[in-house]
Formats: sequence, C-alpha cells, structure tokens
Amino acid sequence: MRSSWDIAVLGAGPAGGAAARIAADDGADVLLLDEQRRPGGQVWRVKSAARHFASDSPETRAGDAHRAALEQSKVTFRGETRLWHIERKKDIWVLHVLTLSGTAIYNARAVILAPGAREFVQPFPGWTVPGVFGLAGVTALIKSQQIPPGRRCVVAGSGPLAIYAAAEILRLGGEIAAIVTPNSRADWLWCLPALLANPFLAKRGAEWIAQLKRAGMPIFWRHLVTRTKGNEVLSALHVSRCTSEWAPTGAATEIPADTLCIGNGLLPNSEIAALAGLELHYDADCGGWIAPVGPHGQTVIPGLYLCGDGAGIRGATVASEQGERAGMAAARWLKGAPASSGSQRRSHRAEWLGLAMTGLSRPRRGLDSLTTPETIVCRCENLTRATLEAEIDAGAASVEALKSATRCGMGPCGGRYCLTSAARLIEMRQGAAPGTVSPPTTRPPLFPLPVAAIGTEFDYDDLPIPAPAPL
Amino acid sequence: MSQTDLQAGDGADLRFSFDGRTYEGRKGETLAAALLRAGVVTLGAAPGGDTKRGAFCWMGWCQECRVWHDGQMVEACRLIVSEGLEAQSRGNGDA
Repeated sequence: MRSSWDIAVLGAGPAGGAAARIAADDGADVLLLDEQRRPGGQVWRVKSAARHFASDSPETRAGDAHRAALEQSKVTFRGETRLWHIERKKDIWVLHVLTLSGTAIYNARAVILAPGAREFVQPFPGWTVPGVFGLAGVTALIKSQQIPPGRRCVVAGSGPLAIYAAAEILRLGGEIAAIVTPNSRADWLWCLPALLANPFLAKRGAEWIAQLKRAGMPIFWRHLVTRTKGNEVLSALHVSRCTSEWAPTGAATEIPADTLCIGNGLLPNSEIAALAGLELHYDADCGGWIAPVGPHGQTVIPGLYLCGDGAGIRGATVASEQGERAGMAAARWLKGAPASSGSQRRSHRAEWLGLAMTGLSRPRRGLDSLTTPETIVCRCENLTRATLEAEIDAGAASVEALKSATRCGMGPCGGRYCLTSAARLIEMRQGAAPGTVSPPTTRPPLFPLPVAAIGTEFDYDDLPIPAPAPL
Repeated sequence: MSQTDLQAGDGADLRFSFDGRTYEGRKGETLAAALLRAGVVTLGAAPGGDTKRGAFCWMGWCQECRVWHDGQMVEACRLIVSEGLEAQSRGNGDA
C-alpha cells in the first residue's frame, strides 16, 4: 500500500476534512486519517448503518455534506486509523499508526493537525459509577447510534452542550429527570449579542429550550450535581445550588436516575502537537493548553499546521474555515508560495459566538470544591484527591513529579481524564494561578498499543552471538 | 421521533455474548451501545478495588469500557458487534 504523501491530515472533523479537501483541490496528494470509520469528527458523526431510517438532525445533514464533498475530492481517506507516534526525520514527517489489522507507517512532506477536543469533567464523589457518562460522549452516542443513553436521565453541565443533549434525548424518546447547569439565565443573556449575530445557531438553541419547556422539563439553573448514589450502577444523585463561582452551597435534593450525562466544557487535544515538537501555552479563553498558530494555521515548525478545536475551542463553523485556510496554506507552502491568497472565508461572528460558548462552559474556581478528599481523581489508577495532595504537600510541584510518585495519569487513558485536574490540585495547593502548572511531556504511544502490533517475528537462532572472549 | 418509532426499528440483526449471556444486536452498532440498550452498563471492575466501571467517554479515549475480545483488550465503545461475537468483562487484576 502507498506510504508517501505530500500532505497528511490528522483528524477528519470539520477542520481536518476541509483542510484535506482544499489542499487536494489545489493539486496536493492528500492522506486524511481518522479514528472513526467515516469522516465527520465528533460533531458530525455519521449515523450507524443500522439507524439509516432515523430522522436527520442539522448535525447529521452537515456531516453528510462534509462526507459527500470529501468523496468527490481526490483525498485518500483512511478510517479506523489512530496515530500513536509522530516524528520528523530530516524534512519528512513519519507517522506511526495503528489500524484494525496492525500497524503502518506513512510519510508526508507537510502535516495538518486537526485533533479536535475532549471533555473535561470535574471529579466528584461517585463519578466513576457505571451509568455516569461524559456529556460530549453522550452526544456522540446519540449521533451515531440514535438511542437515548438510559431510561431516566439527568443531564448536567455548563454551556450549550447540556441543553442540546437534553433536547436530543427527548427527541429519541428518553426520559429526562432534570437538567442541571451551573450557568444562570444571566450568563446566557451575556451571550445574547453573540447569539443574535449568528441567527441560525441562536434559533437552534431557542428551539431546544422551547422543546424542553413544552415537555415540562425542570431546568435547575445555577445548580450542580454534587454526588451520585449506587454501587454497581447509578440509582440517584444529589443536586445543590451553587455560587456565581460555581461552589456548591446549601442543602442537596436527591433525584432518582439511572443515567447521568455530565460535562464541564471542552479541552483542546494538544498531545499530538506536543509530540510533534510544538510548545504549548495556556489560553483560558480558548479552553486551556494549546500550541500557538498564525491566521493560516501555521506553527513555528515549517510544514506543520494546526486547525480546529485543537487550536482553541471555537466550534464547528470556525473549525471548518480554519481548516480551509490551513489546507490552502500547506498546499502553497509545498510549492514555495506564501500563505496569503486573497479572499478566504473567515466569519468573525462565528468566532465571537464560539468564544462566547467556550466562556459559558469554562469551569469556574468554585467547581474545584466538588472534588472531596475521598473522590477518585485518576480513574485508571483509582487515586483520590487526598492521596495526590499528600504527595503535593511532600514536594511534588509538577505533574511529572506527581506521576512518578503516585502513577497518576499513567494508566491506559494516558492521563487524558485526570491530569488537567491534577495540575489544578497542584496550582491550588501552591496558591498559583490557573495555567501555571504545565501538562507533562507527551511520549509515545499516544494510545494503548498491543505488543504484537509493533513486535516483529524472529527466531532465537537468528540472534547474532558474538564470539567468546579469548581465555 | 417517538419511543414507538425506536422500537419499530428495533429488529435484532444478530446475536452476541457478553460474559456468557446472549444479547441481540443491530448491524453497525457498537458493543457498548448494544449492551446499553439491553440495560447493561457495568463492563468491568475498577483497578484493584471492589467497585465497578462502565463506558464513560464514549469516544474511545478513557479506556473504561475496555473488555476482552479475541485475546485482546478492546474498547467496547468502538467494537462493532457481529454475529456470534464473544466478549468478557475485565477483572480487577487486568490491565
């Protein structure tokens, strides 16, 4: 199979798909890789083949248009392919990937990273119980499988995702016990100008709220889920009021539920950028640690581009436009031409709204107090806040030190679901500002890798045995 | 879409087993989704502890839904069910 390309694009969501298509239209040989079977990313996930009869949402339709455009282009797409290592040898990028049938190595002269985002969930008592799901993950489940995540669901979290997920669960016939959001109605009013500048999305949001109201759904504004009940499966959860800084306050109300969908905003996926050699900096408005990029997605490394939510959380519309600019810039760079190329789509209104929604979702300081001393922070290694803080007090001042002292972040998830919280714990214990404790050095493999996938067959008889030393 | 619509399209396309019990699956759905429809959310033991874990991120990243299949640990939220597929939950000593 072919292994060398002009441009490799990692991630086939709105940003990566657009980048690949534009670069291919400009004549570049483009390879587009994604973990999923079909392009679309998390936001435009394709419906599973078994659910083709389910009615289309605007997200499905946007995804279908995205997939059709890619199919008509000259882009080579390889799905179910995961990058586990990236390195640069002379002027060529070497991509090590894991496929369903084993491993492969691809070479490219330029690389466009479109790694998207993942969800942040503030650890709280009982968040590891089966039946507690990430909110963004549930929207992925809804889009691909078209099923509600449970029988009686509570949807909790900040920003637009909680409202969207609740409306979708209702549409799919699920029961919503409550919607719990730390945002107030006033928080949303602050976003009104940005919403009104984007009437299509504002209308979508208004429809979701109207749908929830019609169905008589209780919306708990300025509330948090503070703990769950149930051992083997979720049975109920506690909901409390919270302050404007999102610290829980006052007595809790118990709500019976078998499913909790909970999320506290999105984090840019920065691991591949870091592994490729880019330095990360903290930008709270963009969702956390990101590698800086120019207007065309160009990074400090020639031939390496970054676009979409992985360059700062701004949503699908902006991601797609960034992807177009990065794809054009990479194709032109290969020809030795400068990045600027006249008229390109750039919607400042969409950027405004994207940043407003990120601001609405971003965890506030009080949320940290949800994590009690007994709460598990690192799910993979079963480590509590108290265990981590004991090590911080004993001198672990960096995430690296905390890792080596406790194994926090060294389990199969690679620290994706605990190290943001771990860094916050260090910052709080030291009285330091958010963003002062940096993520740890990223090392391959980026995903758990079967040894058989990278091992080669050998025979012990083939091992060279040096001649014995003379007596 | 109403609940009735969902059930109308609920035709079982195939059968698979998890921890020795047989379940019905639909073509194209993931193991975690098929089990979720059957009301099964507990997919394994927590590391070293006596508590349980199940799918969490639904994106193939958190690794909480990993199960044994064909001699390997795989993410149930990414494994597509097929006729006769067999999978087992992980114990608390498994990686």
